Amino acid sequence: MKLMIIDAPSLNAFVDKLIGAHPVMGVRQHNGDGKHFTFARLSDAKELRLDYGVTVQSPKKFFSPQKEILLHFKRADSQAEAARLDAAPFVLIGVHPYDMVAINQLDRVMREGNPDEQYLKRREAAIIIGVDPVNVGERAFWGSMGTWEVSEGYDVWLTDIGGKFVVETATLKGEEVVSKFASTKGASADDARKREEVRAKLQKLGTTTDVKFKPEELPGLLRGNFEHPIWDEKAQKCYSCGSCNLVCPTCYCFDVQDHVDICLTQGTRYRIWDGCLLEEFAIVAGGENFREHRQQRYRHRLFRKGLYLYDKVGDIACVGCGRCATACLPDIADPVDVYNILKEGK
Amino acid sequence: MTFHHAENMYVPVPATIKNVVQLTPIENVFTIALDNGKPLGHKPGQFVEISVFGIGEAPISVTSSPSRSNGTFELGIRKVGDVTGAMHGLNAGAKIGIRGPFGTSFPVDEMKGKDVCVVAGGCGLFPARSVINEVVDNRKDYNRVIILYGTRSPGDRLFVEELADWHIREEIEFYETVDRAEATEENSLACWSGNVGVITTLFPKVELDPAKTYPIVVGPPIMYKFVLKELEKKNIPHEQIFMSLERRMKCGVGKCGHCQINGLYSCQSGPVFRYSDIRHLKEAL
Repeated sequence: MKLMIIDAPSLNAFVDKLIGAHPVMGVRQHNGDGKHFTFARLSDAKELRLDYGVTVQSPKKFFSPQKEILLHFKRADSQAEAARLDAAPFVLIGVHPYDMVAINQLDRVMREGNPDEQYLKRREAAIIIGVDPVNVGERAFWGSMGTWEVSEGYDVWLTDIGGKFVVETATLKGEEVVSKFASTKGASADDARKREEVRAKLQKLGTTTDVKFKPEELPGLLRGNFEHPIWDEKAQKCYSCGSCNLVCPTCYCFDVQDHVDICLTQGTRYRIWDGCLLEEFAIVAGGENFREHRQQRYRHRLFRKGLYLYDKVGDIACVGCGRCATACLPDIADPVDVYNILKEGK
Repeated sequence: MTFHHAENMYVPVPATIKNVVQLTPIENVFTIALDNGKPLGHKPGQFVEISVFGIGEAPISVTSSPSRSNGTFELGIRKVGDVTGAMHGLNAGAKIGIRGPFGTSFPVDEMKGKDVCVVAGGCGLFPARSVINEVVDNRKDYNRVIILYGTRSPGDRLFVEELADWHIREEIEFYETVDRAEATEENSLACWSGNVGVITTLFPKVELDPAKTYPIVVGPPIMYKFVLKELEKKNIPHEQIFMSLERRMKCGVGKCGHCQINGLYSCQSGPVFRYSDIRHLKEAL
């Protein structure tokens, strides 16, 4: 780890140089309403908004695109060829700690067992520049989920210490881009201390609501509460729309579908994000649906976040970004509401 | 990695349908050879993902036993969805894609010297047949071999010639039942003199030694809990009961999430489960 200092104009110049060298995906305003932010390709450093609270979608879309071709096939002889993957280096800038934690989790599930080549190639191609938050999403609770800080996965980390940023390079890739494109100077002991002061406030900043549980308590709380009335109560209002799945930085389930070209002789097989809240998620041919009721699907998501992925890879799969709470129309998706009730034993 | 796939795990290898035999109006058995000339190398109870390109992929249990593989393998397929429907439109010579074999298998080694009791309902005989024939072909390695098989009607019985053989062979204790024996419009094959009733009606007819019996249960989702009650009555230890559970499976490699039974991915931890391992799982049975 190496700490440097970059002032605001130099940071802009750094981003512009990056844009000249690689595709750069960064946080910018969405719809221009000043309230919504999105990770998208930048064409100018001026578009970058490192003061955002939360983005609508998480940056997972750059590693696991919403729709991606797996293979090309010819129908006549059933020959299939894997999709050629363009894994050219790209820069992802503006990742908050909780989203970095989520990416690290996805890395583990995609590496675990049978490694997912497409995901891992894209992941290896990414140069991630993270940033400590200065604002917070309205339903965020990452301050209570232990995800206000992250120790791995990123290449460069930025911390706004007022008018200038502390730059941490964490990998060789990170050192390369910074030394090649950024005009920095060494960080003083005072700069390092200021960074720690900013970071000391993050835990408090990242909790907008009254969280009564600790993340490490979730597996135990869930294990004993499969039949709790809360599942049915909340699911009464569920539209089975899957919005909570769609915006979640740790959801990665997918469907696989074939598309035949108009010539009918060849086509592509692609995968597309799927969501366990959708009614057809667990249905098999013949009509048997293994999670037929909304209550079962609603419960499945919250068990997956707090228990199932913990059992699989050792992670609590809720990072506290609050996106599901924001996206849910009837406002039943907020994990805090549910886990608080389980914690209080109501 | 021992799976059959091309450059990556989502890409199937080409295979050829060598033979198709109609078993019932909605069930065919397909004999398949991989075009690379290699044997599938499956264990009894494992499944493959079949591709009919342009339609999609579906998980199908292998019905042939490794003991009879001969460079080919058999898939018994009920016409029930898009991919299985498309398969029924294919004849010998047609090309399909294959990934796998995937998943866990029946404990053919652990059962050696023990009593094997297969309980199969409907097209559950397809996966069950892979272990039945494996055991029958290595008969001296096992103690008793008991088969309980139930179908909806006499016309739904699969592999009727093999069933007749199992009835004749003295070293196989074979019991059959049909839910209803009367002739219907779809089913004119109603000359049935055997047991009538659901599969649980066969249990009073058979003595099972709790110390030695390994039940293997495969059937429609509704069947399991009733069969388990019968096995409970006979004091069979949960550690000795094995079952194959059907779920929606898209990837077969533990990623896509569709086959989850609570936290378990049934394409990886299953489809064959030891009852004592899944008893506590609320979504299993």
